[in-house]
Amino acid sequence: MSILSSKNFKLLSNPLNMENPVTVQILGICSALAVTTKLKPAIVMGLSVLVVTAFSNLVISAMRNYIPPRIRIIVQLVVVASMVILVDQLLRAFVYDVSKQLSVYVGLIITNCIIMGRLEAFAMGNKPWPSFIDGVGNGIGYSVILIVVAFIRELFGSGAVLGYQVVPQSFYDGGYVNNGMMIMPTMALVLVGVIIWIQRSFNKELIEKD
Amino acid sequence: MKNFSNTYIFTFSFVMVVIVALLLSLAAMQLKPFQDKNIEVEKKQNILASIRIKSTVKDAVELYSKYVTESYVINSKGEKQEGADAFSVDLKAELGKPVTERMLPVFVGTLDDQTKAYVMPLRGKGLWGPIWGYISLQPDMNTVYGTVFDHQGETPGLGAEISTEWFQKPFQGKTIFKDSTEFISVKVLKGGAKDDDPHAVDAISGGTITSKALEAMLDSCLVTYKPYFIQNRHK
Repeated sequence: MSILSSKNFKLLSNPLNMENPVTVQILGICSALAVTTKLKPAIVMGLSVLVVTAFSNLVISAMRNYIPPRIRIIVQLVVVASMVILVDQLLRAFVYDVSKQLSVYVGLIITNCIIMGRLEAFAMGNKPWPSFIDGVGNGIGYSVILIVVAFIRELFGSGAVLGYQVVPQSFYDGGYVNNGMMIMPTMALVLVGVIIWIQRSFNKELIEKD
Repeated sequence: MKNFSNTYIFTFSFVMVVIVALLLSLAAMQLKPFQDKNIEVEKKQNILASIRIKSTVKDAVELYSKYVTESYVINSKGEKQEGADAFSVDLKAELGKPVTERMLPVFVGTLDDQTKAYVMPLRGKGLWGPIWGYISLQPDMNTVYGTVFDHQGETPGLGAEISTEWFQKPFQGKTIFKDSTEFISVKVLKGGAKDDDPHAVDAISGGTITSKALEAMLDSCLVTYKPYFIQNRHK
């Protein structure tokens, strides 16, 4: 079996488009609104979620045959929670400024529905390696949306990309002002809505009947 | 689906919890020194920023030992307290005590031209969470030399602007005493301060509650230093 068979590749690519956790399954919206005012925290948040989904999928899948079904949700929560605490501790130790910006949202990865959703829907019934790939795929699917939203919000809200000023001073002198609305969480919701709209106009099969 | 006995379920949970607890405490212990270091560096960077010295994470410790030449703790009467380390004073805990029992840290910066700047830490309540900062005074103990403010979760674009330069810069050169005896701190005025007002700066449009909170923080923290300021004025 090759490391990335076509079946496994599907696990990686599906969450990017047809099964995107944010725009199709509408999961993990709260953090998408909260951490996307700037690009850098959005990238770190995306990476953290990716790591947590991938590894908790791996761990849960590896012990799926030993988990008593009656307490499986609790077991999943314990695994996710400890992953998240580990990630939070690592961020605090090595990227302190970003961890301050993310503040409580790293802790809230625990409640990110994407992770529990993948554990229940996939890791409980599949082998560790495909589960890991599935976690990575969903993590990327989540990150991509976060990054797109954060890019637009930072560009129009602060005139910068990754903290570097890209809108030249001459624009401001000529009367250009940063769009304060972009910094508000409301605009993140509107942007996610626009992304969903664009995605569905390209993929007609995603449009719900009636 | 296999049928698991109750004994199995209990054993499973017990073993799992013990393993997880071990792993997490091990990680927390290993990473603690790095995390403490980050907090220390951040504090040093803030103190340096309040005496208008820019530092990076890399050179903060070095610059701090170069510019911050002295630090001590005073009480509310302005008397120096022996045996206390100003840097490790937990301001949050101190503010919970009655004024007369508080330990008030003072950091003395010596600038490139050998003039001194006196740094006082600040802490207060913002709209959504704590706000804090440092303010430095010139040797006359009246004129503001520099400020730095930060916050945990003020509204981005509104209250959060207190940590930006455009808000902090106007504090420089303001005076906290009127006629050298009456303490009035620096006011943060909604609708804008008059250009020639020596005791006020502009508030943030849309960030009124944070602006007011910042004003209250300056007033309540600095007033405890009043005896110290009056006794230590350098002409």
